[in-house]
Amino acid sequence: MSKSGVNTPEEKKGSVFSRQGSQKLIVLLVVIFLFIFFSIFSANFRKYTTVLSIIDYSYYIALMAIGVTFPLITGGVDLSIGTGLICYSLAGGYLIIHCGWPTWAGMLVSILFGVLIGTLNGVLVSVMSLPPFLATLCTCMITRGLGSICSKNFGISWPTSGAEGSWFRNIFKITIGDTKYPLGLLWVMLLVLLMAFVLNHTKIGRYTIAIGSNKEATILSGINVRFYHIMAYVISGFFAGLAAIAYSAVFSTVQPGTGAGFELEAIGGAIIGGVSASGGAGSVGGSLLGVFVICLLKTGLPYIGLQANWQQIITGMVLIGAVMVDILKKKRAQTA
Amino acid sequence: MGDIILTMKDIDKSFPGVHALDHVNFEVRKGEVHALMGENGAGKSTLMKVLTGIYTKDSGSIVYEGKEVEFHTTREAQDAGVVIVHQELNMLGHLTVAQNIFIGREFKKGIGIDDKKMNEEAAKLFEKLHIDIDPAETMSNLTVGKQQMCEIAKAISHEAKVIIFDEPSAALTEAEIEELFKIIRDLRKQQIGIVYISHRMDEIKVITDRVTVMRDGTYVGTLITKDCTKDDIINMMVGRVIYEDPKTQSSVPKNAPVVLKVENLNAGRMVQDVSFELHKGEILGFSGLMGAGRTETARAIFGADPKTSGNIYINGQKVEINSPQDAVKCGIGYLSEDRKRFGIVVQKSVAENSTMAALENFVSGLFINKKSENKIAQEYVESLATKTPSVDQLVVNLSGGNQQKVVIAKWLIRNCDILIFDEPTRGIDVGAKNEIYKLMNRLAEEGKSIIMISSEMTEILRMSDRIVVMCEGKKTGEIGIEEASQETIMNMATREI
Repeated sequence: MSKSGVNTPEEKKGSVFSRQGSQKLIVLLVVIFLFIFFSIFSANFRKYTTVLSIIDYSYYIALMAIGVTFPLITGGVDLSIGTGLICYSLAGGYLIIHCGWPTWAGMLVSILFGVLIGTLNGVLVSVMSLPPFLATLCTCMITRGLGSICSKNFGISWPTSGAEGSWFRNIFKITIGDTKYPLGLLWVMLLVLLMAFVLNHTKIGRYTIAIGSNKEATILSGINVRFYHIMAYVISGFFAGLAAIAYSAVFSTVQPGTGAGFELEAIGGAIIGGVSASGGAGSVGGSLLGVFVICLLKTGLPYIGLQANWQQIITGMVLIGAVMVDILKKKRAQTA
Repeated sequence: MGDIILTMKDIDKSFPGVHALDHVNFEVRKGEVHALMGENGAGKSTLMKVLTGIYTKDSGSIVYEGKEVEFHTTREAQDAGVVIVHQELNMLGHLTVAQNIFIGREFKKGIGIDDKKMNEEAAKLFEKLHIDIDPAETMSNLTVGKQQMCEIAKAISHEAKVIIFDEPSAALTEAEIEELFKIIRDLRKQQIGIVYISHRMDEIKVITDRVTVMRDGTYVGTLITKDCTKDDIINMMVGRVIYEDPKTQSSVPKNAPVVLKVENLNAGRMVQDVSFELHKGEILGFSGLMGAGRTETARAIFGADPKTSGNIYINGQKVEINSPQDAVKCGIGYLSEDRKRFGIVVQKSVAENSTMAALENFVSGLFINKKSENKIAQEYVESLATKTPSVDQLVVNLSGGNQQKVVIAKWLIRNCDILIFDEPTRGIDVGAKNEIYKLMNRLAEEGKSIIMISSEMTEILRMSDRIVVMCEGKKTGEIGIEEASQETIMNMATREI
């Protein structure tokens, strides 16, 4: 009997950590590669103003991606963040422009609106047991309609540069002397650090991963799974609210009826960044890097003469690649 | 054995349509290992779920440490010292060992979680149990056996006074079972009351002090383990003596033709240079420990996994099998060890499952001929004695043994002459097991050839005409039933090459 111990394969130490780390490194290298690649082939791309506009463009996707990382790790998804973003922005903007509310109050309304829809998503998924795909598809449609109602079907421009109450635009881009600086990047980085801490070192994060690993086992461990499952969607909604502010600050006019498809860029970014399509694994930093890949492709490809249709095809192919990596990783883990 | 620590009296529990527990009694003393036995569906797990707060009882009383209690959640039960080590591993694969052990009661440091302290506490716990596991390791990197040890460590860390093991050995190797028993004996010494649920009769004799038997949701009786025989327990479980007699000699004629010949088969790490022959009408047992490569060999032959090299001959003809489709064309049927995942479509009817592999025979024009499908399904329901109200019944509503029969029907309807049974009686209760055995013997008599992979030594010795033994992906022995014994097989299965 004692000899049968040979049957126990040796465990590989820390291999998952190094694998996760290496995926982030690969995505970072892809970001750098794409940047250099586009820079070589297009002189216009190298300009500071282009880089600035890529970064501008990335804020709202990055913020959505930070948030949506949480429902994705529980094994779910949040499809309502794209149309939600537009809806929250329209609601906040309407109050500022047409009701004379101060800008900060409009911003607060955007965020709270996001939290509200996030809570609704969480309750539908966790309490009513709707599949996340379906629940958030419904709220996606609802927020799209709500947004149009909030703005009475007109586009809304938050206070433009120089106008009263336009200080919020400086949160994201500040002008010192003659140069504009992408200040928003700093806030996004800080939020990534904060949410990485939440994911890895707090109960909310720990149980988010636990739910995605094995929901049944998490329930049996005596954890209030219902609450923590809702929280994942609340976080997603909260960040969609922040994304609404970023969107309002970067773009001059917010049009009702738009926003569908934004969520796919955020979710795609998160998955490129290593969030497992079946839940349980992922990192906030990885999601951010993934978003940069998407944004670089989106802004870079036109500079080398590829039209919008091609961008989408190429982005889709990159996503397939990312999901394949995830599947291969899982296969290797099973045979190891 | 010490004082009584837990008494469950007249426990009654009904689900819609099922009277799951009918006034069941059960008690546990301090420092005893108390086996809870019964066929699948006898109500063992339900009883333990009532105890640990997963289900609420309809009536009856639970007295724990002298006080009447009712736990409403597993958490309440844990806090009181009643913990359960579940049958399915309750592991969170993406978290570390220590994070798993302390899930739900993490040490805090400010607003964050103190992972360092959790690692230290887990290390202390493992030291106490003489288990060698790194608390910072990610759970999914551990072997099933080690994961089980973590689960046990988790249970003990709750300062448990009663620990329930629900089929703990199902996924363990022999060596790991030894390890588990050592830990259980340690716990017994510390006056912890232990409930041990298992189907394996041999283990019951080795590790337990008393046996309580349940049948169809009722309490049958309690015996002192050392005063009773296996047959006593089985009689109580099924109410009748069962089992096909073990084979003492091969029932295959010496000159029976070779129907399947496998030559130097290689597929990954788990199948290395495997060669063997299967004769007409033979039951060829594949024995070995968990992870010996038996299932992998079967899957490679069946074309479910790619093979790197090797030849397969059917009735002397060399064949190329690169997919299950090829294998089925060659007349090979594979009954997976994991029926629910690979064997049947649970949400489909008996008839639909039966004809799944041979559907082209039941198609007229564009449509499936429901009438002939039902007719043939009915024929096989009768000939295999499948217990189902009708062929329209969804397979999910059948018991494990009857589901297995539906899978057998599926391959027979496809006219498969070579059947690979992978753990044919796993998760099937004792009574139905015997029916499957009878059926396999009948199929062999009718000229079908069977490869039977089994981890149960008694099953191998009872059914096989000849036995191939594997260890770590290599064939380490081949032996006729006449010379085979537990010792000779075990010796081959653990041989270091």
